Amino acid sequence: MANSSALLSVQNLSVEFTTEDGIVHAVSNLSYEVSAGKTLAIVGESGSGKSVSSLAIMGLLGKSKAKVTGDVLFEERNLVGTDPEQMRLLRGREIAMIFQDPLSALHPFYRIGAQLVEAVQVHNQVQENQALERARTMLERVGIPSVDRVLKAYPHELSGGMRQRVMIAMALINDPKVLIADEPTTALDVTVQAQILQLLKDLQAEFNTAIVLITHDLGVVADMADEVVVMYGGSAVEHASARELFYQPQMPYTWGLLDSIPKVQSLDDRLEPIPGTPPSLINVPTGCVFAPRCKYASTVGERCLTEFPELLDVSDGHQARCHLSAQQRKILRPGKSGDVS
Amino acid sequence: MTEPIMRVTNVTKHFPISEGIFRQRQSGAVRAVDGISFEVMPGETLGLVGESGCGKSTAGRTILRLVEPTSGTVEFAGNDITKLAKRDLVPLRRDLQMIFQDPFSSLNPRHTIGDIIAAPFKVQKVKPTGGIQQAVQDLLERVGLNPEHYNRYPGDFSGGQRQRIGIARAIALQPKFIVCDEPVSALDVSIQAQVLNLLEDIQNDYGIAYLFVAHDLSVVHHISDRVAVMYLGKIMEIASRDDLFATSMHPYTHALMSAVPIADPDLERNRERIILKGELPSPSNPPSGCVFNTRCPKKTDLCVSSVPELRQISPGHEVACHYPEVISSATVHPAATGMDFIG
Amino acid sequence: MTLMLLLLSIVTFLLFSAVPTDPAMLTCGKSCTPSIVAANRVRLGLDQPLVVQYAHWFKGIFVGRTYGYGQAAFDCPAPCLGYSFRQGENVTTLLANALPVTIYLAIGSFVIWMFGGIASGIFAALHRGKWQDRAILSATLIGYSLPTFFVGLVLLTFIVVRWNLLPYPSYVAPKTDILGFLQTMILPWISVAILNMAYYTRMTRSQMLDTLGNDFIRTARAKGVPERKVVRKHAFRAGLTPIVTSAGLDFAGLLGGAVIIESVFGLPGIGRLAIDSVQQYDLPVLLGTTLLAAAVVIVAMAIVEILYVLIDPRVQIDG
Repeated sequence: MANSSALLSVQNLSVEFTTEDGIVHAVSNLSYEVSAGKTLAIVGESGSGKSVSSLAIMGLLGKSKAKVTGDVLFEERNLVGTDPEQMRLLRGREIAMIFQDPLSALHPFYRIGAQLVEAVQVHNQVQENQALERARTMLERVGIPSVDRVLKAYPHELSGGMRQRVMIAMALINDPKVLIADEPTTALDVTVQAQILQLLKDLQAEFNTAIVLITHDLGVVADMADEVVVMYGGSAVEHASARELFYQPQMPYTWGLLDSIPKVQSLDDRLEPIPGTPPSLINVPTGCVFAPRCKYASTVGERCLTEFPELLDVSDGHQARCHLSAQQRKILRPGKSGDVS
Repeated sequence: MTEPIMRVTNVTKHFPISEGIFRQRQSGAVRAVDGISFEVMPGETLGLVGESGCGKSTAGRTILRLVEPTSGTVEFAGNDITKLAKRDLVPLRRDLQMIFQDPFSSLNPRHTIGDIIAAPFKVQKVKPTGGIQQAVQDLLERVGLNPEHYNRYPGDFSGGQRQRIGIARAIALQPKFIVCDEPVSALDVSIQAQVLNLLEDIQNDYGIAYLFVAHDLSVVHHISDRVAVMYLGKIMEIASRDDLFATSMHPYTHALMSAVPIADPDLERNRERIILKGELPSPSNPPSGCVFNTRCPKKTDLCVSSVPELRQISPGHEVACHYPEVISSATVHPAATGMDFIG
Repeated sequence: MTLMLLLLSIVTFLLFSAVPTDPAMLTCGKSCTPSIVAANRVRLGLDQPLVVQYAHWFKGIFVGRTYGYGQAAFDCPAPCLGYSFRQGENVTTLLANALPVTIYLAIGSFVIWMFGGIASGIFAALHRGKWQDRAILSATLIGYSLPTFFVGLVLLTFIVVRWNLLPYPSYVAPKTDILGFLQTMILPWISVAILNMAYYTRMTRSQMLDTLGNDFIRTARAKGVPERKVVRKHAFRAGLTPIVTSAGLDFAGLLGGAVIIESVFGLPGIGRLAIDSVQQYDLPVLLGTTLLAAAVVIVAMAIVEILYVLIDPRVQIDG
């Protein structure tokens, strides 16, 4: 059921790459929706398909090698199969993206001011000085001190935190409706990460932007997300509101993730890692993608290895892809109400 | 009273900056490590935590003399090794080892993993009972790899597996002290846990002391007995793990703990946040007085004029601050009190 | 840079002094007698110690110099690089006459190979793996392998001799006869350009492939920058530095004289001057051409270094 107030509606998105070794099923049947002013987090480890899905939505996958199927609905239009020129007009204007490493993501030879002006002029017929004014305003909004110095600076002259602020300014300069942030704070120090996350929240409140936040850090998810999609091996394995995901997780992979992160409050001396390694995306076995590493596959039996589970509703707005019955899950993982006194 | 296995006193490492067309003269220095002192007891883990530019990696290398210290003393098992000649250091390398951060560049891609792990035996001319090959295979098994893969190359393995190979090499001669330089930072979350568990098991089996360098507070909390917090080349605070996390006294430590996101939405969104203003100063031009003063919410004139010494405030807890204040970390990091919030 | 030029002049001078041939013997032809040789030796100052000779020579560059005494004396005005008895001319004059030819040759070929090379390199990179790319790569392999004199001779044979498409090359200054100039120069330009074009096509292609994989290209596309602009402004500019460095040095090398091509096509440039003076043991001229070639390269390197900084703001000149 499509939510009519959703800005971006991804339905059954699949991405395949043809390589020498075979077909890589990078993304399989991914679906989600984002509304204005809300944040949806996509969580996964490397190889889960989280970044590829976003690049596919933006049309940044490079036409020849990737095959994208499914529907991505944005403002009455299906982005999949759209003319590349039409896609280009949307990028940086209606849908923007920021990336992980701001040093390599900014062109080393051009000044910050020039790069920001380009972002404006690509989509707007304005004079350079007008574009520069817009750039100046945006840099102030993202909390950069000494804006004039930064406009004239080159990327390598700024710190990591400043560069990421510049990236954010550049992405939001045309007031896009959707911002896709691919691991925006992974390369930053933790105190800088705190600043940047706070900045994103403030800007979202001000501009009412929908944010798709891609990350592997569950702490960041807890901080920012309204809704979460957990991806594994190219598929969404759990989809819930943030509170539901942390307090009533329904899928063994999510349990594994939550158990394996060292937490400051934990009294346990041992971490509970997920045994094994992430799956190959080329020779996808039948059955559940997570089965080889799942502690509970034996509880369910053969089914985990032969039948690929569907994404089923567990409760309102909460879906999980797992053969365990609701009863079994309650026993294995009672969950918490999450009330803090 | 046991003696510390490693004692570091006022160690500095300055990298000179040279300028000049014909004759290079030194115009300044990057003060990567600017006077650190600490002790590590046998079999214990000291976590060294800080953000990029604080000098923690350089500190690890300087202690092992992979990089020559500019001043200060390093004592290993009671012996001053700061000025030892290179060839006298060689036998000590049996006991002093390092595990590196990047599993992809720290193993020679042209050596088989059998060769890599056998190298310590050959270099130190040690003949284990049963032969080197047997010892190598035992090590492979110990770190959770298949001993049959002796003849494979690092390129055949994943990041987590390569890190295990690095660990096998480091523990081959059963060293007494290992510097772990961000050993899990480059790994996926689920693999991180596996490798951390392995490091703990090995420590329990062999009684190795670790200097665990990392930027991730949660990881450091998990594995350390004591923790030291570094900023711009200096140690801001050292304490036992529990003391530091429950009752830290330095404003930077508070800010650091406040910044670490907690994987629990209610806690995370309702707690007090200390967000540091400003930017990290350049290590070639550190602020006068307390290096943290440019960003510290408590700054006074004294902080600019005078460098605070690392002083013991309570047993086992040292702080370098003019105004150390016990703030229960529960306000910034409620989970730090040890209450179990998530099942 | 000046220091390098100074050192260079000293080294070259010493090298030539070490040549076993007695320069005084070369100053007269068949009608030499020992007394004339001895007289010439004194006139040219060759009886003086080396250091003094060098000093005179060095001074001559700035203020000119007088050879000989009394009535038989003659002037060599500044900048005086020596005197060639063989040709009966000041070296400087000889160089000045030959230089324009070499410059025209260099500029013409440079323009052809740079435009051709860069354009085909970008084209190949954008069509990577497809037949256009493979065709271009094969062509570069051939161009790379053919020696310039071979290409020159082949062109000469077919285009001039066999098919009579162009008259036999005979150099005229462009001011005198522009058509004749172009008709003469076109084949040498192409001969020099082919080899270099192969090199620059490959280099441009590999630079483009390299820069197109960078993160900032993805950012540019994410901003919505049109693909043509991404290629030109973002990718090409980022990969420019090694191309500029190479181009500067190659151009400078040509200015020192394309010996072979000038010989094949009979162009009276620096290269021809050099090779003739080797065959005739005309040491002063040889000294002059060597110095010129080396000086040009030193200057070119300095210019290239400045360009480097202008292109890549991350780089700083030492000091």
